[in-house]
Amino acid sequence: MSPKTLYDKIWDAHVAHESDDGTCLLYIDRHLVHEVTSPQAFEGLRMAGRKVRAPEKTIAVPDHNVPTTLERLDGIIENEEGRIQVEALDKNAREFGLHYYPMNDVRQGIVHIVGPEQGWTLPGMTVVCGDSHTATHGAFGALAHGIGTSEVEHVLATQTLIQKKSKNMKVEITGKLRPGVTAKDITLAVIGETGTAGGTGYVIEYCGEAIRDLSMEGRMTVCNMAIEGGARAGLIAPDQKTFDYVQGRPHAPKGGQWETALEWWKTLYSDDDAHWDKIVTLKGEEIEPVVTWGTSPEDVLPISAKVPAPSDFEGGKIDAAARSLDYMGLEPGTPLSEIKIDAVFVGSCTNGRIEDFREVAKILKGRKVADGVRMMIVPGSGLVRAQAEEEGLAEIFEEAGAEWRLPGCSMCLAMNPDQLAEHERCASTSNRNFEGRQGYKGRTHLVSPGMAAAAAVTGKLTDVRELV
Amino acid sequence: MEKFEKLSGIAAPMPLVNIDTDMIIPKAFLKTIKRSGLGVNLFDEMRYERDGSEKPDFVLNQPQYRQASILVAGDNFGCGSSREHAPWALKDFGIQAIISTSFADIFFNNCFKNGILPIVLPQDQVDVLMKDAEKGANARIEIDLENQTITASDGESFSFEVDEFKKHCLLNGLDDIGLTMEKAASIDLFEAKSGAERPWV
Ligand code: SF4
Repeated sequence: MSPKTLYDKIWDAHVAHESDDGTCLLYIDRHLVHEVTSPQAFEGLRMAGRKVRAPEKTIAVPDHNVPTTLERLDGIIENEEGRIQVEALDKNAREFGLHYYPMNDVRQGIVHIVGPEQGWTLPGMTVVCGDSHTATHGAFGALAHGIGTSEVEHVLATQTLIQKKSKNMKVEITGKLRPGVTAKDITLAVIGETGTAGGTGYVIEYCGEAIRDLSMEGRMTVCNMAIEGGARAGLIAPDQKTFDYVQGRPHAPKGGQWETALEWWKTLYSDDDAHWDKIVTLKGEEIEPVVTWGTSPEDVLPISAKVPAPSDFEGGKIDAAARSLDYMGLEPGTPLSEIKIDAVFVGSCTNGRIEDFREVAKILKGRKVADGVRMMIVPGSGLVRAQAEEEGLAEIFEEAGAEWRLPGCSMCLAMNPDQLAEHERCASTSNRNFEGRQGYKGRTHLVSPGMAAAAAVTGKLTDVRELV
Repeated sequence: MEKFEKLSGIAAPMPLVNIDTDMIIPKAFLKTIKRSGLGVNLFDEMRYERDGSEKPDFVLNQPQYRQASILVAGDNFGCGSSREHAPWALKDFGIQAIISTSFADIFFNNCFKNGILPIVLPQDQVDVLMKDAEKGANARIEIDLENQTITASDGESFSFEVDEFKKHCLLNGLDDIGLTMEKAASIDLFEAKSGAERPWV
């Protein structure tokens, strides 16, 4: 048998039909659904008189639009349109018989946090969701990618997706990370290296010692941002850490099925002599804590650097950089560590897991959020929230003067009232610094959780290593 | 879905690189549960002031581009969020084809599902068409999907690549769910086989 990559293996195990031109029907094992990108798909099904083919493989949870303040516990969503979307999901989930975690269920949370937490996401699976950050699930060695609403409808109706195979890209992070450097810095550094279109047409497999050393949480952070590098999906081969994380979760296999599953999962790695269409290698020791200065995730620099000038770039990027700097209100040559911030957001499917909150608590413990800075901390799920409270992290946050919220996407995309005001500058653990992403004319600097906490304490972008 | 065969239209130049789907349709307009009516909010934050008045500099606000049906755009158009609201808004505005050196993957797929043709061309050819688009309403660009050619206003013509299956669906206005359902037997077979091998799924 010819050597295969991990992607090849998962792909081959899911082709339900292949046409002469290579167009395939890829069978989908898990379909995750949220309230923003699904109403039109369910409406389409109804109009065509179609059913959901595999409701038992379809999981629905509202996350993008839900309020993160306490009044939500009384079932209140102030925003009329947001409420209509959440209600529509409620109705669709019940009518079509999907697995459903309603807004005030303790298991509710950001769809990409709930999937792994509940054991829906397992190695070797195909996972899709009408959301680009579906790549997150790749951390388990699952082929996971975002789809549009028409494709959501297609998967609901047929449990397959029309796909052509992507190319294989290997991203290797060798060696050890230095203290204070995290999964978030890895993933941003990779995008800085490849650019936001560098992964277009590829599925990335992340590997190397620094990746193996990461926890499952960290691996999810890395894969989460594969899409920001343009890739269709990010993958990490499953290993003992993966199996340990999965075992015992509500929807993970049990007993004899666990053994059978494990046997297959252990074959899920790229063969030594597999073919790669592109290889990128970064040295773990050389990665520094990074921040973004512009309005694209590729606008990334070490915290020790200075704001660049448009003339540092080439081609179309010159104008884009000028536009970014204007939008961000930054002067070329300013040290990044001198940029004052107004707000801090910790949360999102990139960094809304327990480990992220522990990192934040380490920095905040015994310190205060700087005067004039507001800090919002939003857990990725109700279970993460409960655990953080149990571990005493929530108390540390509140003592420091941060707001501790209910779970949801929150200020990652600011569809609910959690938004930046005009020109407010935010250190954010989310994944996108696009114009207006966190609020109209809001300014976002992407950072790791530790860096976000450090910024909260000092009131400016700060090298977290100065505070540990 | 409407058929896409030939298009002759005005092209609007948008040379900015990395135009993301948040720019194409900001999240404020994702709260709809419909597909229609998003055209007025296309490029909302680039197109309007906060008070709703138009920004005169924005390309689609200029009289010669109000009827544009083609965009010529910078690299990596449509990156970011998977929101299909982006192609819905473009389509609702009247955009039927987009030309760039590269597109983000999900956006690219979403276009085809909505009768929009995204065309990838090398930089030098995009440059020619960008210049053409800058000429305004007098420059019409012609796109022939059947023959996979695109012709600038001065007659210069380029050929482009398009996936056979996607082309077939566009040319015939086909709903691909219907097409896939014709293959239900293969899906049944796969389900039975993989269900036996991987019962935990
Ligand atoms: S947290 Fe942000 S990136 Fe993740 S699913 Fe929600 S909106 Fe999307």
